[in-house]
Order: sequence, then C-alpha cells, then structure tokens
Amino acid sequence: MTDFPLAKAITEGLKAAMSQDPSVMLMGEDIAQLGGVFRVTEGLQEEFGPNRVIDTPLAESGIVGTAIGLAMRGYRPVCEIQFDGFLYPAFDQIVTQLAKLTARHEGTQSFPVVIRIPYGGHIGAVEHHQESPEAYFAHTAGLRVVSPATPHDAYWLIQDAIASNDPVIYLEPKSRYWHKGPIDTTAAGAQMGQARVVRQGSDLTLIGHGAMVSVMHQAAEIAQSEGVSLELIDLRSLSPIDYDTILDSVRRTGRAIVAQEAPGNASVGSEIAATLTERAFYVMEAPVLRVSGFNTPFPPARLESLYLPDADRILDAVDRSLAY
Amino acid sequence: MPYTDATLRLVAPDGQLVHTDRNEIYHQAIAHLTEAELLEFYRVMAVVRRFDVEAGNLQRQGQMALWVPSIGQEAAQVGSGFATRPQDNIFPAYREHSVAYLKGLDLLDIIRMLRGITNGGWDPKTSQNFHLYTLVIGSHTLHATGYAMGIGFDGTCGSGDLDADEAVLVYFGDGATSQGDTNEAMIFAQSYQTPQVFFLQNNHWAISVPVRVQSRTPLFERAAGFGLPSIQIDGNDVLMSYAATRLSMDAARSGQGPHFIEALTYRIGAHTTSDDPTKYRDEDELAFWQAHDPIDRYRSYLQGLGVQESFFEQVATEAEDYAADIRQRTLALESPPMAEIFQHVFTDPHPVIEAEHEALEAYMASFEEAGE
Repeated sequence: MTDFPLAKAITEGLKAAMSQDPSVMLMGEDIAQLGGVFRVTEGLQEEFGPNRVIDTPLAESGIVGTAIGLAMRGYRPVCEIQFDGFLYPAFDQIVTQLAKLTARHEGTQSFPVVIRIPYGGHIGAVEHHQESPEAYFAHTAGLRVVSPATPHDAYWLIQDAIASNDPVIYLEPKSRYWHKGPIDTTAAGAQMGQARVVRQGSDLTLIGHGAMVSVMHQAAEIAQSEGVSLELIDLRSLSPIDYDTILDSVRRTGRAIVAQEAPGNASVGSEIAATLTERAFYVMEAPVLRVSGFNTPFPPARLESLYLPDADRILDAVDRSLAY
Repeated sequence: MPYTDATLRLVAPDGQLVHTDRNEIYHQAIAHLTEAELLEFYRVMAVVRRFDVEAGNLQRQGQMALWVPSIGQEAAQVGSGFATRPQDNIFPAYREHSVAYLKGLDLLDIIRMLRGITNGGWDPKTSQNFHLYTLVIGSHTLHATGYAMGIGFDGTCGSGDLDADEAVLVYFGDGATSQGDTNEAMIFAQSYQTPQVFFLQNNHWAISVPVRVQSRTPLFERAAGFGLPSIQIDGNDVLMSYAATRLSMDAARSGQGPHFIEALTYRIGAHTTSDDPTKYRDEDELAFWQAHDPIDRYRSYLQGLGVQESFFEQVATEAEDYAADIRQRTLALESPPMAEIFQHVFTDPHPVIEAEHEALEAYMASFEEAGE
C-alpha cells in the first residue's frame, strides 16, 4: 500500500495499462511534453514514446473523431479532454458516432475508447472550468460512465475503463486530484459498474459520486455526532448504475438522498430517485430528495460555495427526510 | 462553365484523348491498364447507374424511406475506387454506390439500410475494407484520418512496396467542406503526415445550396492552404479520376503525406428522393451536365478504341438483370426480430440493456398468454 494523490493514481493506472497492452495509447492537448494541465500524463511520453502519447492539434472533435478511427485500426485510445467545459466540440463525435458505432457495426467492430474529463467545481476556476456534464453521457445509449472518488478506485477504474471493449467516459473529480490516499496495487476493487458502500448506517442512505463523496462523508460525521446514522454509497459508475447495492441499502434504511454537483433537472440523481420510486416504493419512509447544483450556468467562482452542495445542505435534506 | 484552367482531364467530353504538358504524368499512370480493365470501368458505371434507377423506382413504390442517387457521379467514383489497392481502406460518405459495387459489396446492403432494416449494413473487414456509410456530413473524415494515423503508428506505409504499403481513401462532398470535422481532419492529417487521400466529389449542390455559398475559393485551393498537395480534375472523366487517385494514393502510401483531389462532377438527380431540384436549379445548368455525362463520354472513348457495339449491349443486358435481381430481393426483404436492437449496443454485457430486453420479451409474451 502506497499513498498517491488521485491525479497520480490515474497516472499509475495508465502506466500499468500501457505496460500490459501495446495497443493502449494516449492523445490530447498538452499531454506529452507538459504532461497535461493537471500533469496526469506527466512522464508518460518519455516512458512510452511519441507514438503512444501524442499531443494533438487543439480540436476536441478531432481528438475523439480520430480516436474512433484508431479504434477501428485496433488501438485502444485514451483521450484527454482538458476541462469539462471544453468537451462540447467533441460532443457530436462522442454521442452521434462513438456511442452508436458498435451497434451500427452489428457486433463486427468494438470501440474501446476512453475519454478522460476533469470535471466539477470547488477549485475557484474561471467560467467553463467547473462543470458536471455526466447526465448527457449517462443518457446516451452505448456509453459507460464512471467516476472515481478515491485514489484506489481511480487507479483500478482507469484500467477497467481501458480494458472495457466499450466506450467509457471517465470523469475525474478535479478538486480531489491532490488529495492523497492509499492504493493497493495487488487487489483490484470491484468490477467496473459496481457501487461501493463507503460507510454503513441505519437511518438514511446518502448516494453520490466523485468529489461529492468526501462532502457526504463530512455530513455523515456531523450527523453521527447528533445521533443520526447515515449509510454512504459511492456510485463509482453512473452508467450503468448499480441498483443492487442501492436497493439493498434503501431496503434497510427506508430513506435516500442523492447529492451531486450537477444541476438537478434531468440529472443522474433524478434517475436514481425515479428508479427507487419504481422499485422500492413500499419500503420508502420518505420521498427521495436531491441535493444538487442549481439550474443555472455554473456561477462565477466567488459564488460557488453555495451553488455546490456542502455538508450543511445535505444535512438540511436529511432533516427534511427524517421529518416525514 | 464550371471547369477552370486548372482542371485536369485525359479524355475530352467528345471522347478524344487530350494531351497537355500538365496531364502527361497522368497519361503515364493509365498506360498499364489492360483492355479488360478499361472495359470493366465501363461495365461498373453502367451497371450501377441502372441499379441506381431501379433503387429510385423502388423508393417511389414505397419500398424504402429514402434513396440517395449517385447518377452523374459514376466516373469520379469508379476511377478513384479502381485506383485503390487491396490493402487500402475506403471511407465513403453515403453516395458511393459505384465504389461499394466494385469492392464486391452486395448493393442490397445499401437498400437494407435505407429501407430501415439496419443502421449499418455490412462488415467493413469482410468487404475489402469498404467502411460504413456515414449520414452526418463530414464526421467520417476524422475516422479516416484516425485510421490513417494508425497505419503510420504501425509503420505499414512508406516502405516503398506499393503492393504492401497501406493508405486510406476518404470521400466527401462540397457541402462537407464547410464542416468543422472535415477541416479538423485535414489539420490532423497534415500534423501526422497520414497516408491518406481526401477525395472531394464537388457535385455543385449541398441539397439546395450551391457550392458558391460554401466557398468563394476553389475548393482544391482551400486544401492547399492546409498544406496538402491538391489538384482539381474533371470528375466526369473516369480515366482522369483513376490516374489522379492512383498517383495520389501511391504518393501517400509511400510516405509523402496526405493528398487532396477535387473532382468536378454533378448530381444529375435530387440530393435524395426527399427533395425536388427543380425548385432551386435551372434547366440550362442541368442540360450542360447532361451533355457532359460521364458514361456517354467514356463510351465514345471506347468506341474510338474500336470496342464493338456487342459489348455495350452485353453490359446493358447485365445491368437489366442486376436491377431485376435487386428488385426481386428487395421485395423479399423481411424486418429483423425486435431483439436485435439490444444485441450490439455494447460489446461487453450490460445490465440495463439485458433488463430492458427481458422486460420487452415478457411484454411480448403477455400477448401470447392472453391468446391475442
């Protein structure tokens, strides 16, 4: 067990995947010499050569579109999109092409392309640098969507994503990049697609992903000091969502809250709330509540602290749920 | 007059060979063609035109939601398609029926797609690397460039062995030149010096919008701005299309980077069966291009070589038979089972897809139980 910041855990995972499989290659803006603006790919071109870690022209659609062609050629490209708000020029290639091409080829061609996207707020950055776009991709058939919350999961999930024969959107919670945690390189976590019970509790189930997991953890600590026992689920996979783990928890607690940085409207949290209503209606003691960003553009950074759910807003929702 | 001083051709509209200082290297590039190959060019153009007419009729009779005619563009397609080598990959747009045919595709597969039976239609790996049609304009140019980047990374080009070195041919139209993806494809191609030829069929119309709205610069000159060696050819001259593509592809595969060909041609019919070109095109323009028909021109050329009338009659008969066979097999097509929509959304197992498939099966079974 070694401690790594989450960003470097991804680096280690990339390294492991590239060492095992020569068809794995990295592409993106500023990822080679500079090592990426967050330094996730630092040193990898030196280690694996200029054909396996490539700086691309500054064109996101070009990155994903050419990655699709490389996948047809037999490569497993891992694309880096520099920031969440910069991914939309590539949106068409991701949603219209990458997500549909496996079906269009009727099983004769797989598209094992990973798209890494640093996402989310808490870093006080300028416009277009703090967004949470996961719902667009979770809504799209043909894509898998994952987001690690810990260095250990970051290390293993990136390898799972690369090994997957399907396109995977790998969302990196950039506010957690420099938080350290242990990686056990000998023991893989769960398979991609499985959620993780972070903390057991009996009164209510808190569900979230990415940077929200540490916020939920703070809320659970405070609640515990007030005699309320919260169970915590880190989704890890946003498409597909691991409903077995969620339902198992909610059947015991009878209450659920979903926390997310993204706006609540038509969000991953909305989908979980709807599914719990369909599948666990009779065990629920209260409606599923969502604690989300607001349905506004991501605000100027000086205002982000109230936009982003914090422990207080989560606990306010806990009080409302328990009051039913 | 759409042709310019820059337009290269080998056979004039009257079927006579043209010799200029500029086109001599292209004459040399067709010198190796045998008589059988020259006749094959004609055969493919004539058969696919007849197929195209039949497919349009089938659409009008309700057998397809849509048909995409390629009439008038046969020479651009057949010449360029024949110029590829077996190891090459071809990325079509969605109108390259002649290339599909000469690469051995059963053209019923195109009909299956436009009839609404499949969203794909064939396996490129078993279709001489002829990739799927892409209906979103220009998107596939990036796929072609990515594929060509892979050839570069694999090192399977630039050895000097023309029968082993690989290259990519990508087709697109004048409308696609306005798309960001097409421009990004040229940028990436230039950055990575891909073994690739961009083959623009300038058929002068993007549905109802003429090419002059897309560009005030001749399109092949725009490509030169990206640093691509580029030429403009008479796309209704099948031998010129062959020669230009042969030389460009062989240069690309030999390590000389991406090349660009603008083939001037014309879409004689509608963009698709959904539009009415009489609303936006004038009759004189259509008449000009009908008088420059690529198949008529090539037939005159072959007649000048002494090819007998019996050959043309034999091809016409074959074309009728092909069309009749297509008609018969189109009418016999059946819709696939609903279960197929779930089968290839993902390659690896996926719980949501599996659950939805099971739910649909249970729903369908409920009718059987109810005896309905």
